[in-house]
Amino acid sequence: MTLLADIGRFFIMLKGMFKKLENRQMYWKELMRQCTEIGFGSLGIVTIISVFIGAVSTIQTAYQLVSPLIPISTIAQIVRDTVILEFAPTLVCVVLAGVAGSRIASELGNMRVSEQIDALEIMGINTKTYLILPKIVAAMLMIPLLVIIAMVLGIWGGRLAGTAAGIISPNLFDKGLMSDFLPYNVFFALTKSYVFSFILSSIPAFYGYHVQGGALEIGKASTKAVVVSCVLILFADYILSALLL
Amino acid sequence: MIEVKNIQKKFDDKVVIEEVSARMEAGRCNLIIGASGSGKTVLMKCMVGLLNPDLGSIFYNGNNFTAMEAEAKTLIRKEIGMLFQGSALFDSLTVEENIMFPLNMFTQDTTGEKLKRVNAVLERVNLAGVNKKYPAELSGGMKKRVALARAVVLNPKYLFCDEPNSGLDPQTSLVIDKLIRDLTLEYQITTVINTHDMNSVMEIGDYILYMYQGKKEWEGTRKEIIFSKNQRLNDFIFASEFLRDAKDMRMLEETGKIPNDRDMDQMTRP
Repeated sequence: MTLLADIGRFFIMLKGMFKKLENRQMYWKELMRQCTEIGFGSLGIVTIISVFIGAVSTIQTAYQLVSPLIPISTIAQIVRDTVILEFAPTLVCVVLAGVAGSRIASELGNMRVSEQIDALEIMGINTKTYLILPKIVAAMLMIPLLVIIAMVLGIWGGRLAGTAAGIISPNLFDKGLMSDFLPYNVFFALTKSYVFSFILSSIPAFYGYHVQGGALEIGKASTKAVVVSCVLILFADYILSALLL
Repeated sequence: MIEVKNIQKKFDDKVVIEEVSARMEAGRCNLIIGASGSGKTVLMKCMVGLLNPDLGSIFYNGNNFTAMEAEAKTLIRKEIGMLFQGSALFDSLTVEENIMFPLNMFTQDTTGEKLKRVNAVLERVNLAGVNKKYPAELSGGMKKRVALARAVVLNPKYLFCDEPNSGLDPQTSLVIDKLIRDLTLEYQITTVINTHDMNSVMEIGDYILYMYQGKKEWEGTRKEIIFSKNQRLNDFIFASEFLRDAKDMRMLEETGKIPNDRDMDQMTRP
């Protein structure tokens, strides 16, 4: 029953975001602020996980490819496709659900508890449009870009680790990288990143916006937001893979 | 002028406000008093539209706010300023940005004009020069004054103050009360104040509504409260020996038996 009520409130919240803007310039400013926080604020962690995931993929793929019948350049192909199809969009978004998602939930939760949202309402501002919409739009603009960066860095990390460990030469890695490349995989990864970025911004916004109580409840809402976002990202990952591949 | 007619509000099965009516005039400090849990805050939230009453209506200058569409409500809300109990300043913005926020959102003024207005209201609340400070760097009283400056920066017709003196020392409370009173008179604002601060009741209460367990128990002026025979009201207002003595003194003043030489302006002078 609570789940159904939450789903209903979530869609009411989404509907409530699409109202006339009081002042376009202020909304633009807020959107840019969110783009900076979600995009540049997450760049560091995305860089670190992408490089290491790529590196680990190369080493583990090489470890499992023991047959002399399989050309060594296949490692690069496998790393490329795994990074593009799964690691860059899914893993990065799961991490971002923790980083950006908890920030969104706690920011809105704190605003709710300290009556800042009420203060905006009293001023005649539609708080859903002003506080939630820019966060979702910023996430949907910046996270696919972060995913593209993660793809590049993941593959680069794999190439670096492969060369450093003497598994594969750079030339051979580049050769494998370019053979049998399907641009559709990038399209698929970007489709996933759009869906995931909507999930990881709207779900924490929902939990943060509806916090009731004090500091303890903000923490609980933040944790719940991250957990629900991660589960929904994994569920959406399965659905999209089943539908689009 | 704000008129509250037969407001009722329930949470689940618990009736929090029952059939409350009141008339709050412009240019006066209208106080809602009562013990914790008596329904003061819920009544105020119903009045500003943060909660929807189950029954009854709220009228702003004769316009039925309760029955209005969301867009029309927004227009009324733009004429409302509110001072929250916890100040509700935006943490990530400086004092100047906090006060400028409503101006940025609702006016087409130039930055220079907005800055001039911000400085004027900051000066009005005796906080000139704190423009670049963040809320975390201010004391409780300063936060309240900044919040008051933000509430009046758009020259509201209606000012709501929820527990403006909570957590403040008596002298700072007097400063806040005086500011609210002066702004109310200066701009002929309809001011509604939720409080259980007895100083506020006796100093600025032009109209007082006493709530008891969600119902209107008594209403009147600060002069009438002195002579009221309502036992619940007397128990609430004059709870201590000291306050009962103060009441006796005030009765003697009001009946002209001893002179009244108190001056709020002088009391709040640094």
